[in-house]
Amino acid sequence: MAEITPAGSTTDGAITVGQQVGRPGQPTDARVSAAPSFDVADFPVPHGREEEWRFTPLERLRGLHDGTAQATGTVRVEVIAPDGVTTRTVDRDDPLVGTAGKPVDRVAAQAYTSFEKATVVSVPKEAVLTEPVRIGLHGEGGTVFGHQIVEVGAFAEAVVVIDHTGDATLAANVEYLIGEGAKLTVVSVQDWDADAVHVAQHTALVGRDASFKSVVVTLGGDVVRLHPRVVYGGPGGEAELFGLYFTDQGQHQEHRLFIDHDTPHCRSNVAYKGALQGKDAHAVWIGDVLIRAAAEGTDTYELNRNLVLTDGARVDSVPNLEIETGEIVGAGHASATGRFEDEQLFYLMSRGIRADEARRLVVRGFFGELVQQIGLADVEERLMAKIDAELEASVG
Amino acid sequence: MATLEIHDLRVSVEAENGPREILRGVDLTVRQGETHAIMGPNGSGKSTLAYSLAGHPKYTVTGGTVTLDGEDVLAMTVDERARAGVFLAMQYPVEVPGVSVSNFLRTSATAVRGEAPKLRTWVKEVKETMELLHMDPAFAERNVNEGFSGGEKKRHEILQLELLKPKIAILDETDSGLDVDALRIVSEGVNRVRGTGEVGTLLITHYTRILRYIKPDYVHVFAAGRIAESGGAELADKLEEEGYESYVKGGASA
Repeated sequence: MAEITPAGSTTDGAITVGQQVGRPGQPTDARVSAAPSFDVADFPVPHGREEEWRFTPLERLRGLHDGTAQATGTVRVEVIAPDGVTTRTVDRDDPLVGTAGKPVDRVAAQAYTSFEKATVVSVPKEAVLTEPVRIGLHGEGGTVFGHQIVEVGAFAEAVVVIDHTGDATLAANVEYLIGEGAKLTVVSVQDWDADAVHVAQHTALVGRDASFKSVVVTLGGDVVRLHPRVVYGGPGGEAELFGLYFTDQGQHQEHRLFIDHDTPHCRSNVAYKGALQGKDAHAVWIGDVLIRAAAEGTDTYELNRNLVLTDGARVDSVPNLEIETGEIVGAGHASATGRFEDEQLFYLMSRGIRADEARRLVVRGFFGELVQQIGLADVEERLMAKIDAELEASVG
Repeated sequence: MATLEIHDLRVSVEAENGPREILRGVDLTVRQGETHAIMGPNGSGKSTLAYSLAGHPKYTVTGGTVTLDGEDVLAMTVDERARAGVFLAMQYPVEVPGVSVSNFLRTSATAVRGEAPKLRTWVKEVKETMELLHMDPAFAERNVNEGFSGGEKKRHEILQLELLKPKIAILDETDSGLDVDALRIVSEGVNRVRGTGEVGTLLITHYTRILRYIKPDYVHVFAAGRIAESGGAELADKLEEEGYESYVKGGASA
């Protein structure tokens, strides 16, 4: 694939070294217009020109961003968990709520201010689960403010699948609390119906020597805007963030990652890949990594790749790396957007391969390694079947 | 017996100031078991002939006919031509990231043969052919043409030729950019396929060097979009000594 950028795309990534950002002692992002807060009133209503909102079609958020959205709907929560795992529904005054971190934008704060009950899934310490925990979130229409917490005790190991289906206008916060030496893999699938709107902040607090692996799979919905964030609770933590998205005609899919390296000897690795097809398909990927002065021994890498299958699609891919200490192991980023070109199609077809098969071969190949990261056969098969269906829809 | 018949083929490409005619009435018949060398200076239209036969969308056929055993090749899509038995070894094979060589080979063999090859015999067939072409087995796990050296790309093309067993093989400057060792290995591969007697070969080249390894039955000099002269292998010797100058001058006004 040629490293070319289609017209109307950005890949204006940056590496900044030695620049002091934010206020000392305050967990401020590299580039946001208000300090994190639990209270929606602390955030001005965005007008669309702010750094964190400039790619988002605010008019399609159904009022989640400006205070007009009212909780009118239902998202059915269903948790299937192996023995030993507890599931509770708690009020907002539960001490666990909000421990991973504060909301960092207005919609996340709105969700925090407006949710009524939180679902808490707890994996006890030292429990090693042999089956995944499955959290089904099925939208039954209307606007919903949600809050989920997944808590994994020290030295426990768990795989959690969060499956978003149905129709909803959902603003939510999800917290992952990963205890010392614990291992958590979360697969979050956004397989919404065509009209759904989903804006959420996912905050992972990675404990000392703990491992967090996240696989985000975004397929459906009208607007999906996810904000996965990682903060470290102690040295030796590791975060791997993988993502796949297939952005179809008219869809807006936005993944904004932030990794806050404020603790020494932690690692992070990000790889997001997306394929786009159809008119006004819009994918946004923001990868912010901040290595603070205290975070000596940090090792981080982030990558975003996009494959544009047809004309009319748009990609904005912006990696940002800010480094305040030179005492690190490694830091890097890569971003590239390529087109599935006529020449590639010709080459494959000249070997007898039909056009639709050629496209499928390339897209499956493009996603291949990342799909294997899911590690759950049923989710992998469902994902590939979805992608095949999307490709067929485009050819037909 | 498979026969490719090209009659009065005329082809244009879209240029800045409208269509530009590149092939100006090509006549050529290639039969199974024959090897035709097409030689000519740069810009004479040799590669256009190759890509037009394979059906590249950049080239517009404005006149003439191409048939394979009486079937209208020009009416076929690119993949249909390949399945009918036309193979083009490209001068500049295209990178296809994310698709491994092994997956690519199996997918194309399945398409061309009409059924998936039996896994066990297929693996053996690929392995043995790769050995003959001095290709490392690890090659099969790399992405198609991605990061390949010039020699690796050409060997990969010939690997496909050997596995897909076409009726008509068009080799577009397969010799260009190869050192002597690589040229010998690639030529041996072509000769193995020719040795079956089942393929008609159209060997497009700028240089006579490859003809020391692959002996043509016929040599055609291509100039200004058509065949300017045809002869036996001795014509290549004449070109070796005299070069293309007389043809270039002759065709300069065309």
